[in-house]
Amino acid sequence: MKSSVIVFPGSNCDRDIAVALEKLQFKNQMVWHKDTSLPKSDLIVIPGGFSFGDYLRSGAIAGKSLIIDEVIKAANSGCLILGICNGFQILTETGLLKGTLLRNKNLRFINRDVNIKVMNNKTKFSSKYELNQVLKINIAHNEGNYFTSNQHLEELKKDNLIAFKYCDEKGNTNEKSNPNGALENIAGIYNSKKNILGMMPHPERMIDDIISNTDGVNLFSSLLN
Amino acid sequence: MKFSVTVTLKKDVLDPQGKAVQNTLINLGMSDLKSIRQGKFFQIELNEKDSKKAEARIDEMCKKLLANLIIEDYKIDKL
Repeated sequence: MKSSVIVFPGSNCDRDIAVALEKLQFKNQMVWHKDTSLPKSDLIVIPGGFSFGDYLRSGAIAGKSLIIDEVIKAANSGCLILGICNGFQILTETGLLKGTLLRNKNLRFINRDVNIKVMNNKTKFSSKYELNQVLKINIAHNEGNYFTSNQHLEELKKDNLIAFKYCDEKGNTNEKSNPNGALENIAGIYNSKKNILGMMPHPERMIDDIISNTDGVNLFSSLLN
Repeated sequence: MKFSVTVTLKKDVLDPQGKAVQNTLINLGMSDLKSIRQGKFFQIELNEKDSKKAEARIDEMCKKLLANLIIEDYKIDKL
């Protein structure tokens, strides 16, 4: 399985995701945002960080960078795309995923491990998880408050496009288990074809018991199936 | 030709930054303050003499980059 990680000035999770992918035996390449062609890839990852210093809006400038045209073409031809944190914000700015990420409701940067629940385990990103499985994954963001139109929210529910929801240890999704004010506790979503996943939590930080846990491993191993 | 663009959050989108500014101003004694919405302001100069064409270009800039139409409105003014 071949993967590409897109690197922008200000990306800071690009190496972590590369380590995670290589650990799972992906053949990974780093791709600079000014490049105008992509190496042949089964998976493209837009990593976390603060691309272009979050100028204008988080992900707005990166979402119009040169390599993005190629990412959009690859996405439209069915390539798997994973956007984590700032990568999720960038995907919404490109239009590949609908909705947007607003400032956290409490106006604070939140960096802690939270529980999220697997809402759909029938996708290429999630087949190794159990349905409703509760994971403990790190979040680290200032703009993670997912927002979208009522019409799109209905579409997300009807077509089972909500990937993960913030919850408590027992899997309850309520206001108390919502760290950032995201609509309906949404932590990650798919596009309608389910080949694109955007999520605020960082699965690449959860691949080794030495530093955290291994709750993120199955996301990457699902892709290898 | 010079224009200004004001980008503001749509009415039904929460504005926690505006709210924080509002609360601080109230704490500073501005008790008559009714509401504040925070936005962005751009000054743009164009190499275009035809004002209709210029305005269309500014509109394109807003739609393509300056505003996120899911959550923001924009207003263009000729300076």
